[in-house]
Amino acid sequence: MNRRKLVEKIFKVLMILSTCIVLASLIGTIAVIIVKGLPALSLDMLTKSHTGSFLLGQGGGGILNAIVGSLYLALGATGLATLISIPVALYLQKDYRRNGTFSRLIRLSLDVLWGTPSIVYGAFAFSIMILIGMRTSLLAGILVLTLLELPILIRAIDEVLKMVPKELKEASYALGSTRYETSFKVMTRWALPGILTGVLLAFGRAVGDAASILFTAGYSNYVPSSLMDPVASLPIAVYTLYNSPFPKVQEAAYAAAFILLVIVLGMSLISRYLAKRFSIGR
Amino acid sequence: MWRRLKDKISRKLMLIATLFCALLVVAIAVALFAKSIPILSERGIWELIGSPIWNPDRGHYGLLGSIMGTVWVTAIAMAISVPLSLLTAIYLAEYAPKKVRSIVRPLVDLLAGIPSVVFGLWAFLVIVPLVRDHIAPLFGVSTSGFTVLAASIILAVMVFPIIISVSEEVLRSVPLEAKESSLALGATKWETTRHVVVRKATPGIIAAIVLGFSRAFGETMAVLMVVGNKQIVPASVFDPASPLPALIAQGYGELMSIPLSESAMMFAALVLLVIVLVFNLIARFVLHRLKRRWSVE
Repeated sequence: MNRRKLVEKIFKVLMILSTCIVLASLIGTIAVIIVKGLPALSLDMLTKSHTGSFLLGQGGGGILNAIVGSLYLALGATGLATLISIPVALYLQKDYRRNGTFSRLIRLSLDVLWGTPSIVYGAFAFSIMILIGMRTSLLAGILVLTLLELPILIRAIDEVLKMVPKELKEASYALGSTRYETSFKVMTRWALPGILTGVLLAFGRAVGDAASILFTAGYSNYVPSSLMDPVASLPIAVYTLYNSPFPKVQEAAYAAAFILLVIVLGMSLISRYLAKRFSIGR
Repeated sequence: MWRRLKDKISRKLMLIATLFCALLVVAIAVALFAKSIPILSERGIWELIGSPIWNPDRGHYGLLGSIMGTVWVTAIAMAISVPLSLLTAIYLAEYAPKKVRSIVRPLVDLLAGIPSVVFGLWAFLVIVPLVRDHIAPLFGVSTSGFTVLAASIILAVMVFPIIISVSEEVLRSVPLEAKESSLALGATKWETTRHVVVRKATPGIIAAIVLGFSRAFGETMAVLMVVGNKQIVPASVFDPASPLPALIAQGYGELMSIPLSESAMMFAALVLLVIVLVFNLIARFVLHRLKRRWSVE
């Protein structure tokens, strides 16, 4: 065997090895969280909020406040972000902009926003909250997460809308529809499955993000009863509970991580499934 | 007439929403800068980024330790992640059987969605003990395991999906003719990959690395959970550190109530934003140029 063939072989082995390492890190993460989290799940864990004895490691409470809090935060933010994203994404299409420079600039700024670390969003929101005298609350958390979701959602919907067939739009315009009617009644309907995929992805991102809501949503042992109450969330529960010196409380952190993982992976799988069906249907 | 009006009104509203989103970056930068002014005027930028002493109770606000912590953690994470990710991307793009690729790609994308606290918990359970009990003794060092190295390893894992998916896409879009002519000249597959495919895709690969870098740079929770959080300039990978994002996250609560400390935190956030912004713009610019060049060819 000559040297060139040998080099070929060596690199092939290296490549397969790297792929295995990457896969192992993924499977390892999921496996460890399942192994540690699943036994920690119990009915109490899922149906009761934090209590004093729970936080002292004597059992008797659960993480309901964090589960419900996370759902409130992510649902609120995703709803709000979707409401803003659809018109913005429509506005970036050629129908509204004949020269592309404007759209290109907006897209660039959204891409930059996408890359901004979530702790920066958190610090920004916190500085605004001080300015207007707002306390940590569910509302503040929802608003920060909305900002965090916007670039993801707009760019996702934008990509789907770009694929709307020209013929469809032309048919709509030929029938005398205005741009508003074509955009909101024809294009959004065609793009609905794609939009849904983006929405699920954004939800997954919002539900798992901790750094942005650390300063803004606060933490609470209770399920919030109004928008102005501070609220617990799963990612922050993972962080807070794992810091506890009591093994029982640490177990609750594993349980919270497990539930978080299930939600995020579930969203990701559903959106993947939708995207697949969507592309075959076309 | 009513329909026309509706069209006009909706257009104005859409413009407002769009401008709001586009100007968000600017708003964030301006707000953080405004908040940093007190500390900047009091201490000056050189003391802030040049002094290693961080002790807000005594009025010391040197960020050098955190900046160096960020540099160490990010640099080591990239040193681990880049070779592994690129080899994986090349394998998936050029070598892997279709079936393998169709399984591995979705799994890698799945990795991208896992929340950072979950990675943090995993690092706490697996990587910290690994560093403490196996890696550090190998070098004759004893540590708690909460080190620069542990944070770097978990960051490397978190960066995998970004570098792999972007660079694999770029690699796959290299024109087939270029490969065929190289193979026809008798080059082996690896030679073709290295000299033709990778060379053509280099700008795209650089962009992928920069995107991964900016993710690692700003990552907060996973790092916070395993890096040890000590405001010192780390001297080795087995030292604890407190990178900028972790510093900000930790400072919340106690420090935010003191105006000057809050200002220092906001300055730290501003530094993060500016660096990420610059790197992101470079990456996007390169990717954009590349796309245009290929679509012309």
